[in-house]
Amino acid sequence: MKILVTIKRVEDYESKIKVKPDNSWIVTEGVNYRANPFDEIAVEEALRLRDSNMPSEVVVVSVGPAAAAAEIRSGLAMGADRGILVKHEAFVDSDGVARVLKAIIDAEKPDLVLMGKQAVDVDDNVAGQLLAEYLGWGQATFASKKESLESPEEKAKKPGIKLGGNGTAQVAREVDGGLEVLEVQLPAIVTVDLRLNVPRYASLPNIMKAKKKPIAEMTPQQLGVDVAPKVKVVKVEPPPQRTAGVKVPDVQTLVQKLHSEAKVI
Amino acid sequence: MATILVVGEQANGHLKKATLSALAAAQQIAQKTGGQIAGVVVGAGAGQSAQELAAYGIPVHVVEGAAFEHALAETHSAAAAEVAKKAGAGEVVIAATAYGKDIGPRIAAKLGAGLASDVLAIAGANQFQRAMWAGNAIATVEVTTPVKVVTVRATEFAAPQKAQVAGTVTPAQVAAPQPKTKFVEFNEVKSARPELTEARVVVSGGRGTKGDFKPIEQLADVLNAAVGASRAVVDAGWQPNDLQVGQTGKVVAPQLYVAAGISGAIQHLAGMKGSKTIVAINKDAEAPIFQVADYGLVADLFKALPEMAEAVKKLQ
Repeated sequence: MKILVTIKRVEDYESKIKVKPDNSWIVTEGVNYRANPFDEIAVEEALRLRDSNMPSEVVVVSVGPAAAAAEIRSGLAMGADRGILVKHEAFVDSDGVARVLKAIIDAEKPDLVLMGKQAVDVDDNVAGQLLAEYLGWGQATFASKKESLESPEEKAKKPGIKLGGNGTAQVAREVDGGLEVLEVQLPAIVTVDLRLNVPRYASLPNIMKAKKKPIAEMTPQQLGVDVAPKVKVVKVEPPPQRTAGVKVPDVQTLVQKLHSEAKVI
Repeated sequence: MATILVVGEQANGHLKKATLSALAAAQQIAQKTGGQIAGVVVGAGAGQSAQELAAYGIPVHVVEGAAFEHALAETHSAAAAEVAKKAGAGEVVIAATAYGKDIGPRIAAKLGAGLASDVLAIAGANQFQRAMWAGNAIATVEVTTPVKVVTVRATEFAAPQKAQVAGTVTPAQVAAPQPKTKFVEFNEVKSARPELTEARVVVSGGRGTKGDFKPIEQLADVLNAAVGASRAVVDAGWQPNDLQVGQTGKVVAPQLYVAAGISGAIQHLAGMKGSKTIVAINKDAEAPIFQVADYGLVADLFKALPEMAEAVKKLQ
């Protein structure tokens, strides 16, 4: 089977995020970049599905600046087979990303598309669902699994998504109040949540190998997709700042203040 | 004036509370646009839960029937989008719960609408505030399409008052689509504690617990709180992944957040600094968590938390 996985280049969550003085965006100088953590879980799942259903292929796709080749390379170093980079330096909203991905999918015809449930920069949690609708496909968002991350299945690197023999897959979804299991008819969009798996680290030999794997480059224009945003970012501001409060000498004072001052207990 | 359509969320005839937050957001949009609010509720038991929503004085459409029994994104988004089209909706508003996040974008795609997700505040007729970079920045976004879909963070919009006169409840006839997904089962997580992202109080433990969460759980029980954990705790395998509060875990904004033995890495702060009142308990007086805490206590959590649990019990 052919599995397509999306990887977004995002600011490292360990980096300090500061808003630009002109409120146009965040300061990008001195910020580290990496692959969106949810996307790494998607890559891991794709690799497990591939390796238990040979012959299969895992293609990683990124929509972003030229520098996003580094994040595709990190997916290839984890073990993906080849990459596609759709280059666009300016901001692309989730709708634009979904329409670019639709063009790629129309050409690649994968059996399954795995995406992180959201990118930790704009925190939108939208592109996968839009893409499913544009394709007319089924979707399973927030993929998780019944087995815990300490389970023997996880230790054995078994996929959490269970392929059926009849062109379907069962996906356990993390929803409010529990896990819902859906059977999706393939091809389908699956967006992944934190508890699906623990992604592998790229080994040194695989990092070396990844350097030789092909990355096809193209632009939204070449795909015939207009990425003018439907949702524009007008202004970016720092969040309301919290100031350090008071230190209390003991538990009694703390509880008293929470009760009579903050009125939260 | 265009209609503002609130898409309700319900299970087995009971309206989910988050729907009322979506209604509150719709009321704020109505103040900017002059639009009229209507509702739609889809699924098994929707007729009954629609009455609950209509009690707030808005007309509510109901979509029921076997095709809509389970909350599948394909069928529910199709129903909501069709009602939105018939009602001439200019805005569609849904709470950004798992359900709203699942169906909202599909509704937007069907309507050719731009979508503002997980909105914190209504800034104008077509402008909305939302958190990015896990709350490290607040963006004002403008939806440029004629029809807009807005999903709202429920904790940011207080439920409105019921109206004196209830609205009408009418069945809507919509075509049943053939979904490519099938409901298999629902495994409810039975926990005596409230859900992490919905709890009024969250007690979280970090590396300082050394993996012993008993004091955290005991205090959580007394406060009817959810239990959270820092990434260090989850990475160490001491607590499951789904308890992780932080940018790559759950983002919470309770009335009271108690951080015990948590140093306060950026990753963690991003997931909890929207909390109304923050209490930090840590042995290390220099821990960064104290810089965001309203009340800081330099103490050993193994002594402080049981003492706190006792003191809270006395208040109750």
